Amino acid sequence: MVIVSVNESKCKGCALCVSACPKKIMKLSDKANQSGQYVAVCSDPPSCIGCKCCGIICPDDAITIEKED
Amino acid sequence: MAVIYQKSAYLNDVKRHYCPGCSHGIAHKIVGEVLEEMGLLEKTIMVAPVGCSGLLYDYSNTDGIHALHGRAPAVATGVKAVHPDKIVYAYQGDGDLISIGTGETVSAAARGENITVIFANNSIFGMTGGQMAGTTLVGEKTSTCRDGRNPQVDGYPVGVCEMLAPLQGAKYIARASLHDVPHILKAKQMIRTAFEYQLNNRGYSLVELLCACPTNLKMSPTDACRWVGEEMTKTFPLGVFKEE
Amino acid sequence: MKQLMKGNEAMAEAAVMAGCRYYFGYPITPQNEVPEYMSWRLPQVGGVYKQAESELASVNMLFGAGAAGGRAMTSSSGLGISLMQEGISHICACEVPAVILNVARGGPAIGSIQPGQADYYQMTRGGGTGDYHMIVYTPGNLQEACDLIQLAFDKADQYRNAVAVYVDGCIGQLMESVEIQPRTPDPKYQDKPWAATGWDGKSRPKARFTSVFMDAAKCEAHNDHLQEKYRIIRETETRLQCVDTEDADIVLVAYGTTARICTSAKRMAEKAGIRVGIVRPITVWPFPYRQVQEACAHAKAVLCVEMSAGQMLDDVKIALNGTKPSYLYYRLGGMMPAAKDICREIVRLNEEVR
Repeated sequence: MVIVSVNESKCKGCALCVSACPKKIMKLSDKANQSGQYVAVCSDPPSCIGCKCCGIICPDDAITIEKED
Repeated sequence: MAVIYQKSAYLNDVKRHYCPGCSHGIAHKIVGEVLEEMGLLEKTIMVAPVGCSGLLYDYSNTDGIHALHGRAPAVATGVKAVHPDKIVYAYQGDGDLISIGTGETVSAAARGENITVIFANNSIFGMTGGQMAGTTLVGEKTSTCRDGRNPQVDGYPVGVCEMLAPLQGAKYIARASLHDVPHILKAKQMIRTAFEYQLNNRGYSLVELLCACPTNLKMSPTDACRWVGEEMTKTFPLGVFKEE
Repeated sequence: MKQLMKGNEAMAEAAVMAGCRYYFGYPITPQNEVPEYMSWRLPQVGGVYKQAESELASVNMLFGAGAAGGRAMTSSSGLGISLMQEGISHICACEVPAVILNVARGGPAIGSIQPGQADYYQMTRGGGTGDYHMIVYTPGNLQEACDLIQLAFDKADQYRNAVAVYVDGCIGQLMESVEIQPRTPDPKYQDKPWAATGWDGKSRPKARFTSVFMDAAKCEAHNDHLQEKYRIIRETETRLQCVDTEDADIVLVAYGTTARICTSAKRMAEKAGIRVGIVRPITVWPFPYRQVQEACAHAKAVLCVEMSAGQMLDDVKIALNGTKPSYLYYRLGGMMPAAKDICREIVRLNEEVR
């Protein structure tokens, strides 16, 4: 089980994680942060394979990934 | 639960002013990860440029010195003279390094200063609103070459790695790109090699990173990264240009 | 023990004996012997000599070394000092200690390689941006130059500011017997927790040097802080020498080698029965305004003698504030004023104001 958590105040809605995710499950939510940017969200956690691409490409350290060992 | 990916200790939590999708954040991250993995954070002194990344010292957990526009290599030279045992690196954009700072860039490399230069090349002056820079591509539209860079008038982009590699003082010169994950990981390896060169007193090292400036390219971050991967790499081929 | 030394070399040795360990320079006449000397002398004491690609680069290397906590210096002349102006304003804004030696030549621009004093505005008003200042010493001879260079390093540390020693080419090129003593850096200012040395994250705040402020209010607050520093410097660091000014009819105001020539002119004029005093600023920033006015209180006229077209006269007029008539005698372009010509001016002036 992998949990991708997005820090909503740091996320700027650039969607690079959306394009980088090989499973196409990172999406921009319809929730805006206080800067008015639609923050990213992992839309289907069970499908996440823990490849960390979303974290690696994120320019703003908004993504932390945890994995149940 | 084990954390398998998180922010590098190199970066603090100060909110960064960069535009959404700007590659500077990625560059800072992988430099920070390398320094952290090599256990060098406490030995590092960073010299920041003038430009979008000019506030890096407020984002990083190292001593930071803000150099005047183009002068980071000279400032780093002065710091390294006082602390030859510390890791001194200059982070510069293309305006800083190859427009106003060409003299300092070439001279520091020619002297073989044992410093590392991290060169974020996004082919444009970002902070000032998207003017043509030393690495703007032929045909690339900017606010000071609106119909696209015309070599007859505006000359040609400068290949910094190609220019510095022949200098005997330059020991490690490489170019990578930050436009997608595989290339980011490759860039990180090059950055690691560069800092290993400095750690082992082997002389001047520089890693050029092709970066995206979505705002001034007037593209979405994803399209800007695609443009870097497809267009910029034609003018700025990736790879290791010097490894002595 | 006294030694016969060339000016530039003596000043370099004085710096080394005051603990200067980092020098960044570039060739330019009439100060070439300073980098030459430092290039072999500094390695002898575990120091570093770097020949920069330009004076613009050398002042930025100086900034880096100072920010890193090093006792560092550069030297230049004329156009090289012009290239340093942005760097000097940044050094002062970032509050970094640095010593800058200007061995001035004839101007403007490339000018001539003979002695000059036409960098006065540039040194005292600054060519960089904004409200910043350097302490600027103007030694009258080689011994004083060596002593003031050593003092400059401590003042730079004390105020975390650039400090300049501003001599003319004559002092740099002549040979004179001088005594250079080792001078231990002032212990009060050698602990530099603000320096960039690598941050362990806890034992001190992170070292941070910048002159940019995104928030104008913060920039103004920083300016106020600097202005307070300059106020203290104005009050405590002004230096001058007054000779026979108490009962003089004509007072000469001059600095550097020009003041030395004025001493001969004074003797000549005294033979003609004219009472002459000399006021010699030793700091031209902060300029001794109050002391100059006091020294001229008895005078009938004040004659400003300089190797520039009235640049110091402006400060003399500020000092006098209309209380006395002031006149100017100058030579330019590297030509030096002759004692007999200054004496002729004194005699003419004495007639005019009798």
